Amino acid sequence: MAFLSHLIYGLQLGTIYALVALGYSMVYGIIRLINFAHGDIIMVASFVVWYLIARLNVPVWLSILICVAFTSLLGVAIEKLAYKPLRHSARISLLITAIGISFFLQNAAQLIFGADPVMFENLFPGNLSLGALTVSRVSVIIICVSIVLMIALVLLVNKTRMGRAMRAVSEDESTAALMGINVNTTISFAFALGSALAAVAAILYSCAYTQISPTMGGMLGLKAFVAAVLGGIGSIPGAMLGGILIGICETLTKAYISSSFADAIVFGILIVVLIIRPSGLLGVKTKEKV
Amino acid sequence: MLKVENINVYYGAIHAIQGISFEVHQGEIVTLIGANGAGKSTTLKTVSGQLRTRTGSITFMNENISRLDPYKIARKGLVQVPEGRKIFQKLSVEENLFIGGYTRERAEIEATMNDVYQRFPRLKERRRQVAGTLSGGEQQMLAIGRALMSKPRLIMLDEPSMGLAPLLVSQIFSIIRELKDTGVTILLVEQNARMALRIADRAYVLETGRVKLSDSADALLNNDEVQKAYLGG
Repeated sequence: MAFLSHLIYGLQLGTIYALVALGYSMVYGIIRLINFAHGDIIMVASFVVWYLIARLNVPVWLSILICVAFTSLLGVAIEKLAYKPLRHSARISLLITAIGISFFLQNAAQLIFGADPVMFENLFPGNLSLGALTVSRVSVIIICVSIVLMIALVLLVNKTRMGRAMRAVSEDESTAALMGINVNTTISFAFALGSALAAVAAILYSCAYTQISPTMGGMLGLKAFVAAVLGGIGSIPGAMLGGILIGICETLTKAYISSSFADAIVFGILIVVLIIRPSGLLGVKTKEKV
Repeated sequence: MLKVENINVYYGAIHAIQGISFEVHQGEIVTLIGANGAGKSTTLKTVSGQLRTRTGSITFMNENISRLDPYKIARKGLVQVPEGRKIFQKLSVEENLFIGGYTRERAEIEATMNDVYQRFPRLKERRRQVAGTLSGGEQQMLAIGRALMSKPRLIMLDEPSMGLAPLLVSQIFSIIRELKDTGVTILLVEQNARMALRIADRAYVLETGRVKLSDSADALLNNDEVQKAYLGG
């Protein structure tokens, strides 16, 4: 029974990692950038929803909506202001800019909200009993919401016009433009989508762990990045699988081996994957085009 | 329909296109022929907006398009089938066709897709297959079919015979010929000058970034100079 409840906590953490990893993977797929600011976007989303609910007393459902909309716009704005001007310059400039944005967001949050962690009230308190097993309501909500969002994303990317455009741009930007696809809009859409998922992940994560701080995005973002690489960066099913595996691994390590080793094991997995299968579990080996 | 006047295109310091002008009228097949590096593909890329001209103008349906982004030019019904086909390898055949019809309504696309499948039954057989697994000839058919999905007014084909076996080359040329009969205007860039001149109405001979000769395709086929330089005597 204990194992089962650890597994559920692993799944809860894993689906959050998966939502965040999807943002990394989509952005990487479309502009080949590891968006190191993605973790900090989560932090911003957490503070926004906290500020709306705890300080401005905005109703919860409205706060969630505003938070998701604001975070999407933030993602699009960052792409337009910081990444778009560098789209045709060296890959490394883009990467360094992303790290710069990450520092900027962290420091801006410290300036506005202070450096100390803030308590975040769980929006879904209480427990549910499933037979002999008692699980927290928030775990069930996290797992269900994440799975529904992932299914929706897969449908969007594979079955809709915009999803096809995203895949076409990701494969060959200039040919996609010859087909009448507005490449800039498509890239903005990918950023908006990735950021919206990050906002949902942020709200769910904050409810489960009830504490937020300006530097919370660092570790969360890094682990989701590991998840994206584990699954095969650029691959959407890969990000989901990687997130869930990392979440379960981390939780089980904490439960049965040692909580101080959990992070070491997560990053150990990254190293092993990079050595054995650099393209990740579901990634495709990319051949250089001739 | 398409009027290109005095365009000059540079790759850095290299003056690749030096004042080229030409015209394509409604319903014609016009071909640009010339040796490697004469500026044929560069000219097409400039018309489709991938490269910019420093001077002159490009007018399509009485509108200057020389400063428009490629996707806006495509939406006006001027569609390029790029050199090397450039189909989306990871997408299925049918998805490639959907992308071709990206700018149109879903309901209209279905009918055009049926037309394309009728013209290229092979594509219909393989419509669920990932496009990267098609043979070279099938990929060229897909590239043409994809361009047709947008119901273009003018199709620009860049080296459609490149890398294909002789039998497939004549098949592709007869397809181009048939397209003309359905009312599509065609601008064709080809290394295979003989085949191109046989199906074209008019032709321009490019040499080092300039138009060297222009005439009806029949006249150029019988022109001594052209025969010597481009048709192997």
